[in-house]
Amino acid sequence: MLEISLRHRFPGFALDAAFTAPTPGVTVIFGPSGCGKSTVLAAVAGLLRPAEGRISVGGVTLFDGGAKKFVAPEKRRCGVVFQDSRLFPHLSVESNLRYGLKRAPKDAEGPGFDEVVSLLGIEALLGRRPAALSGGEKQRVALGRALLSRPALLLMDEPLAALDAARKAEVLPYLARLRHRLRIPLLYVTHALDEVDRLADTLVLMQAGRVLAAGPLEALAARTDLPMLAGRQDAGVVLSCRVAAQDEARGLTRLDFPGGSLVVPQAALALGHAVRLRIQARDVAIATSRPEGLSVQNLLPATLAAIEPGGAHDVLLRLAVGDSILLSRVTKDAVGRLGLTPGLPVWALIKAVAFFAEGRDGAG
Amino acid sequence: MLEAATGWLTAEEWEAVRLSLSVALRSVVFGLPPAVLAAWLLARGRFPGRSLLDAAVHLPLVMPPVVVGWLLLVTFGVRGPVGSLLNDWFGLRLVFTTGGAALATAVMSFPLIVRAVRLSLEAVDQGLEDAARTLGAGPFDRFFTITLPLISPGILSGAITAFAAGLGEFGAVITFASNIPGQTQTLPLAIYAATQTPGGEATAAKLAGVSFALAVSGLLLAEMVSRRMQRLLGRERG
Repeated sequence: MLEISLRHRFPGFALDAAFTAPTPGVTVIFGPSGCGKSTVLAAVAGLLRPAEGRISVGGVTLFDGGAKKFVAPEKRRCGVVFQDSRLFPHLSVESNLRYGLKRAPKDAEGPGFDEVVSLLGIEALLGRRPAALSGGEKQRVALGRALLSRPALLLMDEPLAALDAARKAEVLPYLARLRHRLRIPLLYVTHALDEVDRLADTLVLMQAGRVLAAGPLEALAARTDLPMLAGRQDAGVVLSCRVAAQDEARGLTRLDFPGGSLVVPQAALALGHAVRLRIQARDVAIATSRPEGLSVQNLLPATLAAIEPGGAHDVLLRLAVGDSILLSRVTKDAVGRLGLTPGLPVWALIKAVAFFAEGRDGAG
Repeated sequence: MLEAATGWLTAEEWEAVRLSLSVALRSVVFGLPPAVLAAWLLARGRFPGRSLLDAAVHLPLVMPPVVVGWLLLVTFGVRGPVGSLLNDWFGLRLVFTTGGAALATAVMSFPLIVRAVRLSLEAVDQGLEDAARTLGAGPFDRFFTITLPLISPGILSGAITAFAAGLGEFGAVITFASNIPGQTQTLPLAIYAATQTPGGEATAAKLAGVSFALAVSGLLLAEMVSRRMQRLLGRERG
């Protein structure tokens, strides 16, 4: 369990944030620039001493303002990956990687040097100096250096923010892989929603120094009262699925989620592989009776759970599909025309899904 | 080349060159650790009296060297508060000795080293030290494995500049250590002595040439070393 509550004042800015998150697992703090999310991370790392509050990780108290307890950062065993990588310029990549390993407690368990190097694909870089690395390579090395310090908690401060789209696409799969390969709890700060969708188990939304909401990603993504999440192109939900069947003949992959299943164009994934789906509200249409002769592959029986305000001329429908929730954006006109009321059984037509493959072990 | 130089300079003149090099080298070796400490305190320290320390460090730059020499004489003289203790406890006498010349030179070149080290300390990204902290490095560990290597170009260029300047220190040395051939008569003192001697113009010119050559090569070396180190530290790509 990750338990954080902090109060700190800066000139012109006050931080008052508290949340808890289960461990192991990935906790993502999401919010706009200047909302204080990086400050929370710095406080957990011990690089900032908050005025008041308490920070504990897995039952170990790192900071307690009331008891005047402050564990020095070098004793906290929090591996940090900074946005600007902060590799030591005078050391080779290998020496950078070994810096934390040498200083890790003897009895600390964690992945070995060779394992981390191959996991991150940095074998060819070991002899180089940081100045000779690309941005994406630097972040992979920084990640390896943090991992090798055998941390009890891994902290990442917008590790992909300084990278362009191509470099980001290069590093993100490594992060997703780590998520499942390691049992280290991860606290991840970002202002990019695609990273949230891809990595988060627990989501913490921050704004102006305060926590707006915190909880499991699936639950928060389906909420329509959090305008911050609508920062993406549309509201939508995230579903955790597993590969249930491969249909070679039709070129389809079946994915099961709690309450139903979906088919997607065939993906080269083994059975049982964990996959995350993002389904945007505007990609979900509804019908009050089962439609025939459709090109749409995914048709799910659902129950209309609630009608929530959307835009000027449309609303968001909350649809219960088994244990899962889908959001659908329809016009206000359609609500009247179809006589939609909560409790009505409907058919959800899913026109498009975006999915990300994860590790074999699933979200745990 | 050494042979030619030995033949070209008289034994006494050669002795002045050797003594200059020795005094300058000692001044740098003994001045460096306290200079790095002072630079660190000035760049990173937050304590009352910091501006006082800053002023004290820079005093030798703005005071007449003769005054610095005189202050040393008062402090480290055989009757001075520090000098008498050194004399009683260790039998160490600084006035009128090579060691005294080195001390006077060290005090004069101290601000040069502090300045160079401080500038490079201020240029060190403290984020790197923070990163080292999170990786488990304590304060001394961090200083020796991260900060010191990163400021080494500043230390080296400061040391070389101080060495080059130390070769020519005159006022403080002659006041504190006097002008004793073979003991405290460094190059500039020998040049001064030559100008005071009838027919010494040729000697003065020769020694002035040597002095000039040493100073210029010192500066060039400082520049070269600093560039080489920067490249080693991978700074050329920013």
